[in-house]
Amino acid sequence: MYSSENIESKISKAALIQALQDFIAAESVLFDEEDLKPYECDGLSAYRAIPLIVVLPETIEQVQRVLTLCHENMIPVVARGAGTGLSGGALPHEQGVLLSLAKFKNILHIDPNRRIARVQPGVRNLAISQAVDQFGLYYAPDPSSQIACTIGGNVAENSGGVHCLKYGLTVHNIQQLKIITIDGELLTIGGSGLDSAGYDLLALMTGSEGMLGVIVEVTVKLLPKPERAQVLLAAFEDVVNAGEAVGNIIAAGIIPAGLEMMDRLAIQAAEDFVHAGYPLDAEAILLCELDGTNEEVSEHVSKVRGVLKQSGATEVRTAKDDAERLTFWAGRKAAFPAVGRLSPDYYCMDGTIPRKQLPQVLKAMADLSKEYELRVANVFHAGDGNLHPLILYDANIPGELERTEEFGGKILELCIKVGGTITGEHGVGMEKINQMCVQFNSLELQQFHAVKAAFDPLGLLNPGKAVPTLHRCAEFGAMHIHRGELPFPELERF
Amino acid sequence: MNTDISQQLQQQVVQAYEQVTALRIIGGNSKAFYGRADDRLLSAEILNVSGHRGVLSYEPTELVITARAGTPLAEIEKLLDDNGQMLAFEPPAFAESATIGGTIACNLSGPRRAYVGAARDFLLGCKIINGKGEIMSFGGEVMKNVAGYDVSRLMAGALGTLGVLLEVSLKVLPKTEMVKTQLFHCSSIEALNKIHNWSQTPLPISASSFHDSVLRIRLSGAAKSVQAARDTVGGESVDNAEQYWHQLKEHKLDFFATEKPLWRISLASDIETFTAENDSNFLYEWGGALRWLKTETPAEIIQQAAADVDGHAILFRHSEQQTCFQALSPGLLRIHKNLKQGFDPKNILNPGKLYPEL
Ligand SMILES: Cc1cc2nc3c(=O)[nH]c(=O)nc-3n(C[C@H](O)[C@H](O)[C@H](O)COP(=O)(O)OP(=O)(O)OC[C@H]3O[C@@H](n4cnc5c(N)ncnc54)[C@H](O)[C@@H]3O)c2cc1C
Ligand SMILES: Cc1cc2nc3c(=O)[nH]c(=O)nc-3n(C[C@H](O)[C@H](O)[C@H](O)COP(=O)(O)OP(=O)(O)OC[C@H]3O[C@@H](n4cnc5c(N)ncnc54)[C@H](O)[C@@H]3O)c2cc1C
Repeated sequence: MYSSENIESKISKAALIQALQDFIAAESVLFDEEDLKPYECDGLSAYRAIPLIVVLPETIEQVQRVLTLCHENMIPVVARGAGTGLSGGALPHEQGVLLSLAKFKNILHIDPNRRIARVQPGVRNLAISQAVDQFGLYYAPDPSSQIACTIGGNVAENSGGVHCLKYGLTVHNIQQLKIITIDGELLTIGGSGLDSAGYDLLALMTGSEGMLGVIVEVTVKLLPKPERAQVLLAAFEDVVNAGEAVGNIIAAGIIPAGLEMMDRLAIQAAEDFVHAGYPLDAEAILLCELDGTNEEVSEHVSKVRGVLKQSGATEVRTAKDDAERLTFWAGRKAAFPAVGRLSPDYYCMDGTIPRKQLPQVLKAMADLSKEYELRVANVFHAGDGNLHPLILYDANIPGELERTEEFGGKILELCIKVGGTITGEHGVGMEKINQMCVQFNSLELQQFHAVKAAFDPLGLLNPGKAVPTLHRCAEFGAMHIHRGELPFPELERF
Repeated sequence: MNTDISQQLQQQVVQAYEQVTALRIIGGNSKAFYGRADDRLLSAEILNVSGHRGVLSYEPTELVITARAGTPLAEIEKLLDDNGQMLAFEPPAFAESATIGGTIACNLSGPRRAYVGAARDFLLGCKIINGKGEIMSFGGEVMKNVAGYDVSRLMAGALGTLGVLLEVSLKVLPKTEMVKTQLFHCSSIEALNKIHNWSQTPLPISASSFHDSVLRIRLSGAAKSVQAARDTVGGESVDNAEQYWHQLKEHKLDFFATEKPLWRISLASDIETFTAENDSNFLYEWGGALRWLKTETPAEIIQQAAADVDGHAILFRHSEQQTCFQALSPGLLRIHKNLKQGFDPKNILNPGKLYPEL
């Protein structure tokens, strides 16, 4: 379980409230239990904590003053966007301030010539594409949570979506950031060109989970909307064939815009929920979206059709119009809530593996599912190897959450073992903090801490998340061997 | 050729750390002149990575290649080409000896950069030796990986000042089916206007350049789509244009044959400040977002002009490279120094190569 680092603050709660109200409207400084309650967790609701205070500033200057005040008084600060994160990244710190960016909702500037939009961090992901639609442009990364999640949160998590394989993650689609460091300094990272002077701090900030600075402005890159998009749905009697089909499409020289796989349980759940017309007798389906110019899509559709058939698909359907294309996708996009209907609770995992390891990993997961007596449904960003196993459980049955967490931890360790990673897009947060000790050795973790110290030497931003302390790993790691090495030989055991 | 000399390299760094000796990292040493000239580098001990070579893994359907840093760029490109794939960021080699490590350390990308991304965008992971002689791995061989800070990308463009690259994993892409080039005679303003109109529509443009009153556009993709795009953009069709794009990438066009200092200016594509009508000292790439300029104008003036439009200017090639890279704001410089301290506390890796303070 998460235990936040204990930080000795220099100011009382009452004095802090007073100081904040000096420059932020009283209704935007929350401190009553009932007002704080809505902020107690993010999308990973198994973990909860009530913050000392929630503040909702509206200007950059106010954010600077909040951070300066907290810095001077040793108060931890946790930034929060929409709170849709799935790894507990925005979980509050009990002795700290939760800094909500919810009021930073403006799209500041759209420049169709340069194909960029400058937006505030609290703008929702989908709102950007909607605002630039009039220019025939869109913002490519499209997490399934895009109606709710904020661009600030997307940058902090380096979020992906179903179109990552072709269009990249958040890190590939942003150009400039304005951030505020813990001591209140406003920094501009990146520039108006395609690169900027010095180290790649833009990359370092992307995926930094609120640990290095608070993002107060984001300049995103926009793409022209493809002339045409077409989706194919292929059914397979065997997940191994479906996995091979993915490799075969790529071997044919085609990079699909989206390439998603669902297994039997996920197919059934989605079909019951949205009636997308999925084949219920299939062991796996692949959804393959092709986009580009009209001619290119026609050519690729017929090629991919052939490849899918040759790879053993029992059925290949091509969406006959845009409405059917959206129906095919609806099942995939609603997969999480659909699976949620099968069981009182579900736990969403997020490992990435080299694609060729898929059959072994699915097999091992099925074995673990039996061992832990918990069902798993699989949705999979197949093109880039990002797995989302959904473990079904019931939190009301004593011990089941703990068993689920242990099962989840085993899945992540499996991902590392086959050469993958514990998180493809949801972040480490507090959820995967123990598995970080398996993926990285103590030197690497220390290097991460040095990166953190370069921005936040006192460790006040989101303490205890993303990178575990070596002591935490020593406690956890007693059972684990990292790449054949003895874990943390330099630390004493306790 | 396949040789692992990571232990030797590590020992040399450990020793340098203990004795506080500066190290000058070299790969193919094809361009010792990129980056700042600094006295500390002149007297530095050489750390030669070029012997550390060999492709460690490559599976075309996984779209990933992992190689030791000293592997010649040419060897990697040949291997990919044999499998119908490529390094999509089209790195300039500039010399046969160029290594993949040097390429990533410089974060150099070619004509396709504006359309698919830079070297850093294709970097998935790396193994490094930091300034204390510690060997560490970050990122990995998978497309999506957000565990820990993105230290791999931090290495791209750091010019070896944060760590010695031992291995890099890169995302690769299939080569395109058809490539065609169209040419237009026009002024620089007309060229920028054309490019901006095109870039708002989904045309398969993979490169663009403008110099000596000629705009060139390269189209790459499925055959039918390239043919259709050709009709849309118009202009004259150019045969055998591959050689032109190659010479542009490798700086072998006549434009680059000069004794004058060569500036690389990166800015928003529609900026008109660095637009001189009929000025043969300018060459544009990347839809206008990259401009090469040959000039004796002092560095302060060029870099100030770039800063005024929120861009930056690098003195790319010149004998006297003191102010090579654009100055950082005090806040950013502080973060840079802290990072340098965190990776290379005794400042032994390529000291002064990027900035005098680092
Ligand atoms: C149903 C569902 C589907 C999802 N699908 C996807 C998906 O397909 N792909 C994907 O990648 N993710 C997905 N997610 C996860 C989540 O939506 C993303 O991680 C998203 O980017 C979080 O944004 P947020 O605004 O909700 O951030 P929050 O949850 O509020 O915060 C996330 C992290 O970012 C930090 N943070 C937030 N704002 C800032 C800021 N301005 N400055 C600094 N740090 C900040 C927080 O401290 C925290 O560590 C899904 C979540 C749900 C619930
Ligand atoms: C006319 C001409 C102009 C050129 N102009 C430029 C130019 O302006 N800028 C430029 O970059 N190149 C230039 N080059 C050369 C080109 O950049 C290199 O060939 C290419 O980058 C490959 O690098 P290398 O292996 O030769 O690296 P090297 O020249 O050996 O090294 C390049 C840089 O990377 C560092 N480095 C090398 N290997 C590693 C490693 N394993 N880990 C960490 N750091 C490492 C070095 O310390 C050095 O700072 C030019 C070449 C020619 C012929």
